[in-house]
Amino acid sequence: MSVLVYTESEDGKFKKIAQEAVSYARGIADAMNTSVTAIAIESGDATELQNYGANKVYQVKNDKLGTFNAAAYADIIGQAAKKEGSQVVIISSSANGRYVAPLVAVQLDAGYVPNVTALPESMSPFKVTHSVFTNKAFATTEFKTDVKVVGLAKNAYGVKENAVTATVEDFAPELSSDDFNVEVISVDKATDKVTIADAEIVVSGGRGLKGPENWGMIEELADTLGAATACSKPVSDMGWRPHSEHVGQTGKPVASNLYIAIGISGAIQHLAGINASKTKVVINNDPEAPFFKAADYGMVGDAFEIVPKLNEKLKEFKAQNA
Amino acid sequence: MKILVCISHVPDTTSKINFTDGDTKFDTNGVQFVINPNDEFGLTRAMWFKEKQGATVHVVNVGGAETEPTLRKALAIGADEAIRVNTEATDGFSVAKELAEVAKDYDLIIGGRESIDYNGGMVPGMIAELIGANFVNTCISLEIDGDTATAVREIDGGKETLKTSLPLVIGGQKGLVEESDLRIPNMRGIMQARKKPLNVKEPMGATAETNAVQFRKPAPKGNVKLVDTVDELVDLLHNEAKVI
Ligand SMILES: Cc1cc2nc3c(=O)[nH]c(=O)nc-3n(C[C@H](O)[C@H](O)[C@H](O)COP(=O)(O)OP(=O)(O)OC[C@H]3O[C@@H](n4cnc5c(N)ncnc54)[C@H](O)[C@@H]3O)c2cc1C
Ligand SMILES: Nc1ncnc2c1ncn2[C@@H]1O[C@H](COP(=O)(O)O)[C@@H](O)[C@H]1O
Repeated sequence: MSVLVYTESEDGKFKKIAQEAVSYARGIADAMNTSVTAIAIESGDATELQNYGANKVYQVKNDKLGTFNAAAYADIIGQAAKKEGSQVVIISSSANGRYVAPLVAVQLDAGYVPNVTALPESMSPFKVTHSVFTNKAFATTEFKTDVKVVGLAKNAYGVKENAVTATVEDFAPELSSDDFNVEVISVDKATDKVTIADAEIVVSGGRGLKGPENWGMIEELADTLGAATACSKPVSDMGWRPHSEHVGQTGKPVASNLYIAIGISGAIQHLAGINASKTKVVINNDPEAPFFKAADYGMVGDAFEIVPKLNEKLKEFKAQNA
Repeated sequence: MKILVCISHVPDTTSKINFTDGDTKFDTNGVQFVINPNDEFGLTRAMWFKEKQGATVHVVNVGGAETEPTLRKALAIGADEAIRVNTEATDGFSVAKELAEVAKDYDLIIGGRESIDYNGGMVPGMIAELIGANFVNTCISLEIDGDTATAVREIDGGKETLKTSLPLVIGGQKGLVEESDLRIPNMRGIMQARKKPLNVKEPMGATAETNAVQFRKPAPKGNVKLVDTVDELVDLLHNEAKVI
């Protein structure tokens, strides 16, 4: 009966989206008068999850599961859901979460809705609100199945402290050789950089920056803020920046607390992908740029003047508030 | 090698998003429909397999007759045959069940990371699980050699190279081919497409597991606060927005 929640971790640390997912599971469990069971695969100290309301943690330890593996992880979540008799399974709508959730839904013959932004509108029928048309709209969707897989959008519900005492149990799922049919042969990942997915702040540059040689000031600003760097689509298409930095409707979604757009016009496809960010700042020398209609704060002016000044000011601010 | 490319028929990215019938239906008035961008990258990669490795390429859509121009466009780009499963696409799971019926006969099934309309991001994974095929999502590169596949997947902050085997389903996106590799159908392609088979298949009758009952647009945004100095900006970000 308990609400089951899959918690993502990396290098032995739970991600913020895991804390958020457990907080959300707690909210649903309270409405259903039941408990929260979390699944932690190759994570660090699982008792941390009790701070957000997990009553029980199924801990999976298995060397072969050190890197994410959708097929095996789906089997684990599916088996745990069956064991618990869970009617609601929460999985973050992160890149890995969206990889594994459809597989879990098939195993449990469950309806699945990703990008859910709030607690259910009603429990019976079970109705959730989620973003659609890449954040250009929201839909309310009703589940018709007994078991429901809910994909939680990042940074919408928030992390909520709700301390309980959790029991931690070892969970040994049955895995088959088929679970290892997709084998990771190499990983190429910058370990010293904040990723767009995890970042609280994203600093993004567009074609207004004229060329790749001008990205130094963007990187410096990002460094000062502990932010990830991103870019508009033409910037990655022209090879000024890697494709992995392309954000927008056809690139990566951004749901950070702060998004700073520099020399980006604010085309509809760009805005769609970054709309879920909470506070948006635009720096553009054209007061007519559409981005000004979508932003919270704006400065009209030359990025090449403003950005270095902003960086200096922020450094001062950080020094004072450290 | 037999390749099936799943094509979702979606409003083009510049479409105004509006709803009708008391906000219960997407308003298609004046909306131009296109091949889902993620699927177009996949289809273009499939054409490469056809031209370089002699693969046959079929495209499939689950939808009403109104999606046929989109399938014809895929034929004009170079697919050999099209299939339309004749039922309205309601939710991802039922679409995946319909597609799984078709997909079992193929070695490689290419779908997109997500449809840009409902952003489900579920259909390819569900097909894979239903037919017991291997699955790689957010796939940005794919090579096939006999029964072996080497795929690159985008992960947070980087990429990962994977080795797997056919039958395989992928959720593809930009990177599978570059933007500049995309093909605009030429006159010859369009003429040929008219003669290529577009088979209409009756659905198996999968029922929807979820149902969108209401839509709304985000609340309109307040006016932007314009500032003249970086001092003001930093102050607002700290004291008002509380984000730094
Ligand atoms: C199918 C499709 C999908 C798309 N998907 C995406 C997507 O996912 N993401 C995306 O970003 N785009 C996407 N686009 C492209 C989108 O339509 C725009 O073309 C793109 O976002 C524009 O990028 P930009 O703002 O960097 O460049 P531009 O539109 O060229 O804007 C540059 C801006 O910089 C300003 N500027 C110039 N000089 C300075 C200066 N010195 N200081 C300050 N400002 C300056 C200019 O005033 C201008 O507003 C898509 C397009 C299509 C057709
Ligand atoms: N109605 C459909 N017909 C054919 N393929 C579809 C359909 N809906 C989704 N797909 C495929 O599944 C991918 C992901 O779609 P979705 O799960 O709807 O976000 C799309 O990019 C298509 O490849």
